[in-house]
Amino acid sequence: MTDFSGLLKRLTLLFVRKVVHLYKSFSSMKEMDIAELERRFQEKIDKEIKIEPNDWMPEQYRKTLIRQISQHAHSEIVGMLPEGNWITRAPNLRRKAVLLAKVQDEAGHGLYLYSAAETLGADREQTIDDLHSGKAKYSSIFNYPTMTWADMGTIGWLVDGAAIMNQVPLCRCSYGPYARAMVRVCKEESFHQRQGFEIVSKLANGSPEQKAMAQDSLNRWWWPALMMFGPNDDHSPNSALSMKWKIKRSTNDELRQQFVDITVKQAEMIGLTIPDKDLKWNEERQSYDFGEINWEEFNQVISGNGPCNKERVDARRNAKENGAWVREAAMAHAEKRRSRKERA
Amino acid sequence: MSNKEWPLFEVFIRSKQGLNHKHVGSLRAADPDMAIENARDVYTRRSEGVSIWVVESKLITASDPKEADSLFEPADSKVYRHPTFYDVPDGISHM
Amino acid sequence: MKELFEYTLRMADDSLILGHRVSEWCGHGPILEEDIALTNIALDLVGQATNLLEYAAVTEGSGRSADDLAFLRFDRDFRNLLLVEQKNGDFAVTLTRQFFFDAFRKPFFEALAQSKDEQLAAIAEKSLKETKYHLKHSSEWMIRLGDGTEESHARVQQAVNDLARFTEELFYMDEVDQKLISEGIAVDLNTIKPIWKAHVDEVFAEANLEMPEIKWPQKGGRQGMHSEHLGYLLAEMQFMQRAYPGMEW
Ligand SMILES: [Fe+2]
Ligand SMILES: [Fe+2]
Ligand SMILES: [Fe+2]
Repeated sequence: MTDFSGLLKRLTLLFVRKVVHLYKSFSSMKEMDIAELERRFQEKIDKEIKIEPNDWMPEQYRKTLIRQISQHAHSEIVGMLPEGNWITRAPNLRRKAVLLAKVQDEAGHGLYLYSAAETLGADREQTIDDLHSGKAKYSSIFNYPTMTWADMGTIGWLVDGAAIMNQVPLCRCSYGPYARAMVRVCKEESFHQRQGFEIVSKLANGSPEQKAMAQDSLNRWWWPALMMFGPNDDHSPNSALSMKWKIKRSTNDELRQQFVDITVKQAEMIGLTIPDKDLKWNEERQSYDFGEINWEEFNQVISGNGPCNKERVDARRNAKENGAWVREAAMAHAEKRRSRKERA
Repeated sequence: MSNKEWPLFEVFIRSKQGLNHKHVGSLRAADPDMAIENARDVYTRRSEGVSIWVVESKLITASDPKEADSLFEPADSKVYRHPTFYDVPDGISHM
Repeated sequence: MKELFEYTLRMADDSLILGHRVSEWCGHGPILEEDIALTNIALDLVGQATNLLEYAAVTEGSGRSADDLAFLRFDRDFRNLLLVEQKNGDFAVTLTRQFFFDAFRKPFFEALAQSKDEQLAAIAEKSLKETKYHLKHSSEWMIRLGDGTEESHARVQQAVNDLARFTEELFYMDEVDQKLISEGIAVDLNTIKPIWKAHVDEVFAEANLEMPEIKWPQKGGRQGMHSEHLGYLLAEMQFMQRAYPGMEW
């Protein structure tokens, strides 16, 4: 009897030791693993192998992507509003159809992007609630009012133009679902810029009144469009990591410069003037030098104090709140049908 | 509130006869019929498809990427499954 | 021919005005997916309106273009049904309006596709494909809302009660129709009414909805007698053409 209990004691001790040992080796394995996993992760990125939803990824990578993709999605959706403002006032049948199709595309883009964010575990409705509470950001450009029809042209030309410049490199982003969503988006975007440029050129070649309308619109949108590329590189803290992870491929300033160089020539071609007295060709750099952006304005608009921030967020929040009973009804009906089917 | 939100569906589209359905993204819908209709409106606005599949995302079982090595590497070593493994004498065609 | 112009214009205005109303939802739908679906419907309707107005312009032969017809006519010259100019209201009102209209348009286009007028037949054929989809969409929503929650049922029944008085006008015919029916061009709406009613009954049965008794049907749209809503709609729609006469955009 005593022997037996002694054996039991020894066995228990052995078991406890084993567990402790196992636990120790497990946790040290875990530490080693993270360093190793991070190394392998970066190796994949360097080799241009895409990261897919269930692959291991650093927490910061996931967070950065969720923030960027959902901000991008919000921008597409909020971006429907300034142009939506002119759908019912489009000047002819063709423009009406084109504008409708264009704004609808933006809804589609938002959806593709929310869908990409969901693969990272970001629930769409939660993400949208963050937009409505002011917690999440979106592109500052959509907080400016569309006052005239010319703005439909300028937005397509400049805003979609800048968006394309930002988005083309994103088609090669290291995160698979985001890259694939961007490929779809970019395909659809090119018609947006063209229809916008068509509107502006039509006005620029039209009556004096129309030409003035186009110039006024360019004057109002030029600087906000340049702000779309974000802060200067030396004020863009997350940039380096995003570049290392290939979420980003070019810096804000590089893209902004590219945009200026291309757009200035387009404006010249249709006889419009870029509203920047410091703008001039730099022979040495083979690029345009341009004036300083009003960063104070940018910061204010980004933090909610732009001319239309309140209207934009209110409109989106109202859409969601007014639609709550509709979504609930559809769910309730689907539920009823399911249980009827099961009973049958 | 959140359990009253519509479930997520994955969307697969056959872009033309003769091709496989390919995953294109996801969307929300109250039921599968609505998911098909929404998929048509969201993912085939430029006639990108001739057939649509939808499946509720939570019903998909995915392989674990951590096990990718053991799942897929054995096949990598079986090169004899690929036709280029074999030498065919010169002059033989249609093979 | 005067009658053909008038007849085409009536159809065109139905599509134009309803397309305009539905387009007001763009960016404000109850969920993104439905926002996109509604915009598709609006786009289809604007497309139909364009085809029909272009043909109307040809049949009129006075040099007016499709755009002139859309953007430079006054209220009294619009020929659309009162139903389609009614305001969007909530989602239930929009979908009920759409449902009543789609249930009419589908059998109507099916019949018009047989018209002796080749151009109208071709437009009907193309529009029919879209309209079938619209009807499926609106029918399913009527059922979801009718057989959804207590709130949705109450809202959609209210929308039905409010809009039912405009449904008689769907089948309005006068000497324009009679003349074109005799030539094998127009659709005899007496043949469409039972099809419309059967579909509405079927959907309402599944949706637990009831059609109210219509004591005094509203009509007048075909003669340019409209509700107060059309004026505001046109003020908005025609703003650019009125503010900047004769310019191209
Ligand atoms: Fe977009
Ligand atoms: Fe975009
Ligand atoms: Fe765009």
